[in-house]
Amino acid sequence: MRRFLRPGHDPVRERLKRDLFQFNKTVEHGFPHQPSALGYSPFLRLMAIGTRSGAIKLYGAPGVEFMGLHEENNTVMQIHFIPDQCQLVTLLDDNSLHLWSLKQHGGASELQEERRFTLKGPPGCPPSATQVTALLAHSSREVLYLGTESGSVFVVELPSFRVLEDRTVPSEAALQRVPEDYCNRRSCELVEALREHPKNPNQILIGYSRGLIVLWDLQNSQVTHHFLGSQQLENLYWQRDGSKFISCHYDGSYTQWPVSNDNRQPEPLENLVPYGPFPCKAISKIYWQTTKNGLPYIIFQGGMPRASYGDRHSISVIHGSQQTAFDFTSRVIDFFIIFSSEPTAEFDDPSAMVVLAEEELVVIDLKSAGWPAVHPPYLASLHCSAITCSHHVSNIPLKLWERIISAGSKQNVHYSNMPWPIDGGTNLAPDPPQRDLLLTGHEDGTVRFWDASGVCLHLLYKLSTVRVFLTDADPNDNMNTLGEDEWPPLRKVGTFDPYSDDPRLGIQKIYLCKYSGYLAVAGTAGQVLVMELNDEDAEHVVDHAEADLLQDQEGYRWKGHEKLKTRDGPVRFEAGFQPFVLVQCQPPAVVTSLALHSEWKLVAFGTSHGFGLFDHQQKRLVFVKCTLHPSDQLALEGPLSRVKSLKKSLRQSFRRIRRSRVSSRKRRGAGGNTSEVQEANAKFDQDALQEMELAPVQRKIEARSAEDSFTGFVRTLYFADTFLRDSSRHCPSLWAGTNGGTVYAFCLRVPPAERRMDEPVRAEQAKEIQLMHRAPVVGILVLDGRSTPLPEPLEVAHDLSKSPDMQGSHQLLVVSEEQLKVFTLPKVSSKLKLKLTALEGCRVRKVTVANFGSCRTNDYSENDLAVLTNLGDIQIISLPFLKLQIRYPCIRKEDVSGIASCVFTKYGQGFYLISPSEFERFSLSTKWLVEPQCVVDVPELTSNNHVNNRSGMENATR
Amino acid sequence: EFRRFSLERSKPGKFEEFYGLLQHVHKIPNVDVLVGYTDIHGDLLPINNDDNYHKAVSTANPILRIFIQRKEDADYSAFGTDTMTRKKNVLANVLRPDNHKKKPHLVISMPQDFRPVSSIIDVDILPETHRRVRLYKYGTDKPLGFYIRDGSSVRVTPQGLEKVPGIFISRLVPGGLAQSTGLLAVNDEVLEVNGIEVSGKSLDQVTDMMIANSRNLIITVRPANQRNNVVRNSRTSGSSGQSTESSLPSSTPNIVTNFLQGEEESDEEDIIIEDSGEPQQIPKAVHTSESLESLTQMELLQESTQNGFLPSSETNLNHSAGSINMEYEEQHPNHKSLEDGTIITL
Repeated sequence: MRRFLRPGHDPVRERLKRDLFQFNKTVEHGFPHQPSALGYSPFLRLMAIGTRSGAIKLYGAPGVEFMGLHEENNTVMQIHFIPDQCQLVTLLDDNSLHLWSLKQHGGASELQEERRFTLKGPPGCPPSATQVTALLAHSSREVLYLGTESGSVFVVELPSFRVLEDRTVPSEAALQRVPEDYCNRRSCELVEALREHPKNPNQILIGYSRGLIVLWDLQNSQVTHHFLGSQQLENLYWQRDGSKFISCHYDGSYTQWPVSNDNRQPEPLENLVPYGPFPCKAISKIYWQTTKNGLPYIIFQGGMPRASYGDRHSISVIHGSQQTAFDFTSRVIDFFIIFSSEPTAEFDDPSAMVVLAEEELVVIDLKSAGWPAVHPPYLASLHCSAITCSHHVSNIPLKLWERIISAGSKQNVHYSNMPWPIDGGTNLAPDPPQRDLLLTGHEDGTVRFWDASGVCLHLLYKLSTVRVFLTDADPNDNMNTLGEDEWPPLRKVGTFDPYSDDPRLGIQKIYLCKYSGYLAVAGTAGQVLVMELNDEDAEHVVDHAEADLLQDQEGYRWKGHEKLKTRDGPVRFEAGFQPFVLVQCQPPAVVTSLALHSEWKLVAFGTSHGFGLFDHQQKRLVFVKCTLHPSDQLALEGPLSRVKSLKKSLRQSFRRIRRSRVSSRKRRGAGGNTSEVQEANAKFDQDALQEMELAPVQRKIEARSAEDSFTGFVRTLYFADTFLRDSSRHCPSLWAGTNGGTVYAFCLRVPPAERRMDEPVRAEQAKEIQLMHRAPVVGILVLDGRSTPLPEPLEVAHDLSKSPDMQGSHQLLVVSEEQLKVFTLPKVSSKLKLKLTALEGCRVRKVTVANFGSCRTNDYSENDLAVLTNLGDIQIISLPFLKLQIRYPCIRKEDVSGIASCVFTKYGQGFYLISPSEFERFSLSTKWLVEPQCVVDVPELTSNNHVNNRSGMENATR
Repeated sequence: EFRRFSLERSKPGKFEEFYGLLQHVHKIPNVDVLVGYTDIHGDLLPINNDDNYHKAVSTANPILRIFIQRKEDADYSAFGTDTMTRKKNVLANVLRPDNHKKKPHLVISMPQDFRPVSSIIDVDILPETHRRVRLYKYGTDKPLGFYIRDGSSVRVTPQGLEKVPGIFISRLVPGGLAQSTGLLAVNDEVLEVNGIEVSGKSLDQVTDMMIANSRNLIITVRPANQRNNVVRNSRTSGSSGQSTESSLPSSTPNIVTNFLQGEEESDEEDIIIEDSGEPQQIPKAVHTSESLESLTQMELLQESTQNGFLPSSETNLNHSAGSINMEYEEQHPNHKSLEDGTIITL
């Protein structure tokens, strides 16, 4: 009978669970992966970014963001806002057009796809006839002009997407009255650019790729003027008053053309190759911005001398005698200029340039001298150097928060003070309930401190550990060392720098004590640094200590990387976290676990060889313990470094692939190119599939044994003040769990504060537990007499937590990859267990205690375990009874790096990487939810608004 | 050498006492011996524990013939519940057990010298095309020794035949536990692992489940070779002249209880070393009433997941099924009726 009673069907508990748990993916932080298109609406002051996976993201004032996803998951090629509307049109690489709207629902705006459309030609015509290459959203807001590969311009009514066939501009019509000799040389041209006349909405410029530009009268459906360009055209731009326009070309030149009312054949006013005389690369986009003082800004993308600087991704700004070529570390996708869009304003007066590069967003302040960069409040490039680990700290005390911000502000002096220029929409989200820090460790040895309290993940402070070490960084690498007279006047901008000086610098583990400001950071080459927050710059010697984790083992040779060389003598550190102790593990294997106890002033660290405890007050190594199994040759030889190098070479080859892809899709005019690539890809997939069928993947079924490799790998370290020896006296203890399912417990004797410097800290092994299922131990936790997890160090001292119950009996929770087990303390007897893997085939990847508050009452909250499995599921398991509460699918199980990157917060939220540059934020709690909530109001339109044709869009036609 | 003595049938006492008595009667106090008796069918059966001792005493009719042998030169092949050749001349067997020293075709060692390593279970509740195999990893140093792979199998659905992904045994390691049992073969489709269906689970997931259960692994397979299936209706098949009635009631329940104990034991073997002392097994905590409520729920959870085999072992009592010696079955495919519940495993 009993087995028909299902567990967890207590209705009261079920109701409570609904009040406590809820799964939401709330917001994506960071920079979109593989951006492919950019759009901007000066009317809404919103920016839109499209990606190769079909996502579209809108950003306005900090906190204002929207996201949409095209069902097709195709690359977004172009984004155009409809003038004076909360609407935008996207063009995908399958030639489909999509109309999106910002609609208000219950006070907040939402981005919705309204309609889709694919241009169809008459039967029998080639697909290129309707392949859209240029798009113009007309200021009348009623029609879209679609330039195609065949040279025709189609007119489509909005929002119905009805083709107005009688208004189509066939290329033959545009070629009428063109001088014969010119005409003969150029036939079959695709439309490269469409631009509306800034003053006269009845005229549009049509630019054909072979150089011909036509001013077309929409009312009379005829050509007003022909402009006979001699070079292959890339793009066009009107001057504000409509008297001139500028064209840029494939050979790196740009040309100014006059527009007059007489019937003479217009001749170019000026033709310049800015980086001539040697052959230059194409100028793919150009702006001509007028200013009050008369000197225009000419801003263009590309045009670098082909031979010597052809590989640079540059945008040049010329203003009078000032000229700078901003040099980006990744390909420029597109850019726009923010200028005065008031119809009454006489001049453009550009204020900022917004550049979307492949890996970051860079905004340049054009108003301030020297054109400094503006620090973006969102779209941070998380991956400026690859993320190697992350650590989240909830509820930062105000004092520490301010000190970190002040340290960070000293690093940001070279940024412009300009307020963020893209400020559309209103953020309605309440202020974040607490200050949260997300710390990311990077491959280049830096730790970045992010404000993770709200929707905008914002860089507060960057810490570099490189200064402690001697690295062979190439000083010539710095591209800013170019002298004054260098030509072209390149200036490196942006922070994206994927190349690490030395992979050994990589940060692997981070532990921050928010109460004391102590920070411990450990890296790839066995380095453990303990740091203290200092508000001033300082110069001091970093104490060194070595921890020989192989002490008793003889005759082994480490074949992995060497330890990092350290700098001798005092080192100058800027304000912020400054290292004062370096513990170097020997062999210098990657540090796999780290724990810091700021109250006892102890730091514990573990590698694949063992673990150690260091007293950072007395700067003395307390003990080391070798966890190695004698047969574990692999761990000794350091295959981790081999794995690393494999990973590196993989990454390099990917880079190569990416480069070649980038170059192959440079121009889509080349016709069947994309389909060829697709075919090749399909063939490759098929081949791979066949290969798979020939040699099916098989898995060995074998019980784990003590002889397996990496059993000594220390997975987790934990400090606890608990009953280790007898039930009458509790004492500080250190717990360590290994890959082989062993748990070690050490009893510590920490001298009282007044004698802390005089007496040594002592440690003695008290217990060793061997889990017979031998799965890796990923978490250790002690529950107090009320079955509450022990508080963090100093938490009680700061009155932020009840002191733990030291009367009742404590319990030990050991989480292995396969099982969760509760043991009694001090006499270890097993009390409860939950066999996760045996029942569900999933393994624990991450586990944290999280506090869940009820959304109904403020006075109820409980601690549960949040568990992420290798299948990407998140399970909430109750404490102390280990009952599964609820399960949510979160990450695709194939997304191994996403699962590996997941980090939980103390209040039931979490982050994981959805791409190298983006964190997805999710929430398991009904109470703590950080998600965008914003509204975009349509600005008031003046009645005779049609004068306002200047507010036409700044589209991103390429 | 013959000795004759009497025992009180109602109070046979313990095996150790009996063993001591035998040594005493034969005046061989320090010689290790094997003890055997002939049952009503004339089979020579071992006496080495309380249970079979009691059994022997209770079935004595009225004389219980006991054979003892020195352990060093013992002929293990003399024992066995099933030796078809022997059946023909039962009397000769009983009187001159030495006859069988000649050519034992099957060497079966003493049950006390080993632990079970594999068995077929739940024959009665599974379709005949399926086989549920239990591998006992503990007590043997042999590796489990098999590999699994992805594949596809054909299922009958309302829409007709449909190809569905499945998990298959891809390789048996020579000398491994899986191979030595003969119960699993390459291309057998894995349907369940410890009562949990594998359909819809990935290869890695199933791998993890098997490894997590490796100390007590129960795999339900659809054998690639369907010719050796156990035919359920034992009555109709030919040579079922075995002592099922006598052996079943006593032995099958034993297995059932062993099952559960084994299940628990195999997990609870975690070891603790206190203060660098001797390793000890971690005991189970005595539960306080406070946590009892939750505990029952925990156990329930486990029970419900063990569904696959728990109720089946109960039904074993009624139907005649239990663990059978698969190796034997492989060699004598015609005698599938061999379904007595005695623990004969390799």
